[in-house]
Amino acid sequence: MPVSAPSPSSIAAVAKSESAIVFQDVSLAFEENQVLDDISFQLEHGETKAIFGVAGAGKSSILKLALGLIKPDAGRIWVLGEEVTALPQEQLFELRRRIGMVFQESALFDSLAVRDNVAFRLIEEGGTSPEEIEARVREVLRFVELEHTMDMLPGELSGGMRRRVAIARAIIARPEILLYDSPTGGLDPVTSTTIVELLVKQRDVYRSSSLLVTHRLQDAFIMASHYFDREANKMRPLPPDSQDKVSMSFLILREGKVIFDGNAHDLAHSRDEYIREYIS
Amino acid sequence: MELISPTEFAKDKILAVQEYCLLAGRSVGNIFKRPRYLGDTLQQADLIGVGSLPIVILTGFFTGFVFALQGANTLERFGSLTLIGHLVALSMVRELGPVLTGLMVAGRNASGIASELGSMQVTEQIDAMRALGTDPMKKLVTPRVIATAFMLIFLTIISDFMGLVGGSVVATVLLRLDMAQYWATAWQSLVRDDVIMGLVKPPIFGFIIASVGCYYGLTSRGGTQGVGRATTQAVVSASVLILLTDAVVTRLLMITFAGYK
Repeated sequence: MPVSAPSPSSIAAVAKSESAIVFQDVSLAFEENQVLDDISFQLEHGETKAIFGVAGAGKSSILKLALGLIKPDAGRIWVLGEEVTALPQEQLFELRRRIGMVFQESALFDSLAVRDNVAFRLIEEGGTSPEEIEARVREVLRFVELEHTMDMLPGELSGGMRRRVAIARAIIARPEILLYDSPTGGLDPVTSTTIVELLVKQRDVYRSSSLLVTHRLQDAFIMASHYFDREANKMRPLPPDSQDKVSMSFLILREGKVIFDGNAHDLAHSRDEYIREYIS
Repeated sequence: MELISPTEFAKDKILAVQEYCLLAGRSVGNIFKRPRYLGDTLQQADLIGVGSLPIVILTGFFTGFVFALQGANTLERFGSLTLIGHLVALSMVRELGPVLTGLMVAGRNASGIASELGSMQVTEQIDAMRALGTDPMKKLVTPRVIATAFMLIFLTIISDFMGLVGGSVVATVLLRLDMAQYWATAWQSLVRDDVIMGLVKPPIFGFIIASVGCYYGLTSRGGTQGVGRATTQAVVSASVLILLTDAVVTRLLMITFAGYK
């Protein structure tokens, strides 16, 4: 029986179904402002990719594009094997249930208590008993160490606590992909470290794939150089020469283009002047 | 102030009308799709319907009161003061009840809906809802549209009745007419077509109030200032649309019911 070689398109299709997220030649403009210009990248399953760029570089837009909240002007996007850019609205809602998103300003529903905010997705999806919802809410709030805030309203929480509740809301349905939009933005260093520790915990305990948009390079470097010790229930530095045990990559945007996509080692040794200035 | 070309201005307006029509169409289409948010619909019916009762009762009562006062002058000239019940009943049931209730509820609820959804829009809560796999059109818009259209029927009936009560106070206390005669004249003057005409309009006005409020809320941009602008525009647009629709619907109903041609 003759065996034919796989066509390039079938190879691409396999790559798209095997990756968590694929951006292919994506462009996006808001009126006259070209935000993303023909960008392509992939996020593999279990990988965390930190996205950097100056304000207005289109970092948050990448997350919204991946969720299908906005449509690109050109290019194609695959998420969990589904082409987001071609899916009708109804199927997009189905796909979004497999993704968790933490918004820049938390975007908690301000008229709902923390318990209802966190349980929102489970209540909407239906099929889960109130007892199980209660147990799951407690579990994720314990994960972010905020179990005592269940009956409080978002307005009664500090900025850092709101971010942690937003993380709890995003992870309650155990999504396959997590999208973080500046989870440490505007927070003090101590609270930022707490949030970074939670992201490391989520990555190493649940092995979810994630895109992390941030301005703080040090957060991503901490994530690349630390792991979560389950027994001690805390983040610990990785031993020397074992940095590759953590699947962490970096992507830098400049004027709508991807100018760097690689790991921490490549980033630290980049000769590009802009990148050197950026990481310094 | 930045000048906009007439073409751009026209394009913007046409786009806005198109977006509003899509939202209004989807809000109705969602009634036949799952999931159905019965709890949210009942909550909105309580907020919009029961919450609007005081303002509707006051508006109805004083409209009937003033209308009887003003009408009495003219009727007295023709020696037909006893027809005051007839005048108040027909005016309230056919026209003033539905329109004034619509305008009052528009002032109270189109603004409330626009500001609530507008605040959610500018704080990314609407995006968060989408990201959590919930369609805001089904969860937020459709329950408000159903609740407002349904509750406006009952609010209009209450307003009509309160208008007649207001008229009866003027007739009996100020004009010294017999109360039984006032109510008998009012009751006998109303025929089936008057009631139908008065009850066809409220659900249409309710649909306009909620859909316009939701449209301006969901399209608000520019922080708190944008929410404020959306709120004002929602009330103005809903009120103008109610008056415009009233003229069209009244004429159509007059054609439908041969007696009003």
